[in-house]
Amino acid sequence: MTAMTPGAVASDPVLSLSGATLAFGDRTLWRGLNLDVRPGEFLAVLGPNGTGKTSLLKSILGQQRLTSGNISLLGAPVGRGSRAIGYIPQQQLLEQGTPLRARDLVALGVNGHRWGLPLVSKEVQARVDAALESVGASDYAKVPVATLSGGEQQRIRVAQAIAGDPRLLLCDEPLLSLDLHHQRAISELIDAQRKATGAAVVFVTHDVNPILGMVDRVLYLAGGRFQIGTPDEVLRSEVLSFMYDTPVEVIRSRGRVVVLGAPEGYGVHDHLEHHGGTGLEP
Amino acid sequence: MDDFWSQIFGFTDYGELLMLVRNSIFAGAILGVVGGLIGTFVMTRDLAFAVHGVSELSFAGASAALLFGANVVVGSVAGSLLAAILIGVLGSRAKERNSIIAVIMPFGLGLGILFLALYKGRSANKFGLLTGQIVSVDNPQLSTLIAISVVVILGLLLIWRPLSFASVDADVARARGLPVGTLGIVFMILLGLATAVAIQIVGALLVLSLLVTPAAAAMRVTASPLLTPLLSVIFAVVSVVGGIMLALGGGLPISPYVTTISFLIYVVCRIVGSRRTRTGNNGRLPVHTLES
Repeated sequence: MTAMTPGAVASDPVLSLSGATLAFGDRTLWRGLNLDVRPGEFLAVLGPNGTGKTSLLKSILGQQRLTSGNISLLGAPVGRGSRAIGYIPQQQLLEQGTPLRARDLVALGVNGHRWGLPLVSKEVQARVDAALESVGASDYAKVPVATLSGGEQQRIRVAQAIAGDPRLLLCDEPLLSLDLHHQRAISELIDAQRKATGAAVVFVTHDVNPILGMVDRVLYLAGGRFQIGTPDEVLRSEVLSFMYDTPVEVIRSRGRVVVLGAPEGYGVHDHLEHHGGTGLEP
Repeated sequence: MDDFWSQIFGFTDYGELLMLVRNSIFAGAILGVVGGLIGTFVMTRDLAFAVHGVSELSFAGASAALLFGANVVVGSVAGSLLAAILIGVLGSRAKERNSIIAVIMPFGLGLGILFLALYKGRSANKFGLLTGQIVSVDNPQLSTLIAISVVVILGLLLIWRPLSFASVDADVARARGLPVGTLGIVFMILLGLATAVAIQIVGALLVLSLLVTPAAAAMRVTASPLLTPLLSVIFAVVSVVGGIMLALGGGLPISPYVTTISFLIYVVCRIVGSRRTRTGNNGRLPVHTLES
């Protein structure tokens, strides 16, 4: 599978990192990261705060320069963002009074880069309607988006990301501060989208459990190290103990993964966001 | 008491007066369009305070021009562009921006007062910069104002959609490859120009009534991305033109009329908007299927 023939386009990696290294001063977040994400693949990026999950996303978006190595998107070096990317940010409620209805926000995902007035063509409207339909948001398509609940706004975000028909869906903690029902709904929508369109998914999260059944591979970042593999290969006591450099126990029970004994600041997966420190300082 | 009211509202020889100021009314209408359009973005980008800061430096520029015998409009534009670009470049985050504005604003106002104190000419000119003077603007200046307004309107229409995207949803817009930072600077330049123009109408102290209030009112009653700027423009034009026409007879500055009309429109929109929120009439379709 190393030599690429023209016929093998479908399996050409969407995203490719080679020798990617990111360091701030003498603190190395990750070094020598080699990773190909193929169409339709669901990659979860896991690990505690301060290990460079967000920096990885920023590097893919061209907002963070690598210390060394390369990242390419669809065979070309990454630029400052791309229309091949659908981006689903952390839930961040829109300001009250924002002059957009749900369907207007979705339309920006299709044609927001074009000059001129925000007129929507029939063709764009059809794509917007289809995206809203697929996330189950048709009923509130015309509601001011800022008045929607957090879960509803996040559905609209997913619709916005998929309406642009991206080759790569970048998800930055999209389930944060959602209730369990919406966590499941949103992750299933993302999963369904990659199955339907073959878009690759890079999903940054501190809690793998809501997406455990969907993930093909895991990129686990901790302690300046990384591991790539299937969830079964990576989410094991030996692997994480090596990464954290201290005995860590991974318990899998009833389809959930819990990490116990990670040092302060690495914490248990579910409750990391409340820790301020990185836990990486000497 | 009669004197008081006839000073505020006087309509003797109204037809002739109207003919005299028809250029001002025309300019006022165009400025209303500028204010209404740009106000939409002032609101979504949370720049109301920035408008105030820009207008004070614009006032300093205009008073410097007055003192040194230069073109007042040119001075005003120079001051507001300087402030707008400073705020745009240094203040990308709201918190930083507010502190930069709070530093620039009193400095600009102080400079302006200094220049005016040194100025030996007509005192009406001085007062006009703070509270508006369109009726006394001469024809060449009027054409400059109209030309600047046209530039602002065309510029806004050209970048409208990407600017909306960058304003309400910067992270996603950036991820999709939009030049969010550049759009922000371009917008600040347009805002600087618009502020300089608005100062000629309502004065530095009351610019917000043209660049913020109409859009804020429109956003109370609609969330449509087309209806919002349209209503905002209508509100701003009604305020300016209505203000000029009411002010004609009385011999008072036009700004209190403009600001009062725009304030009343806002109050009405707020009432309408809150009634709509209470009744839950926000466009949501009734639930007809149960979610599984």
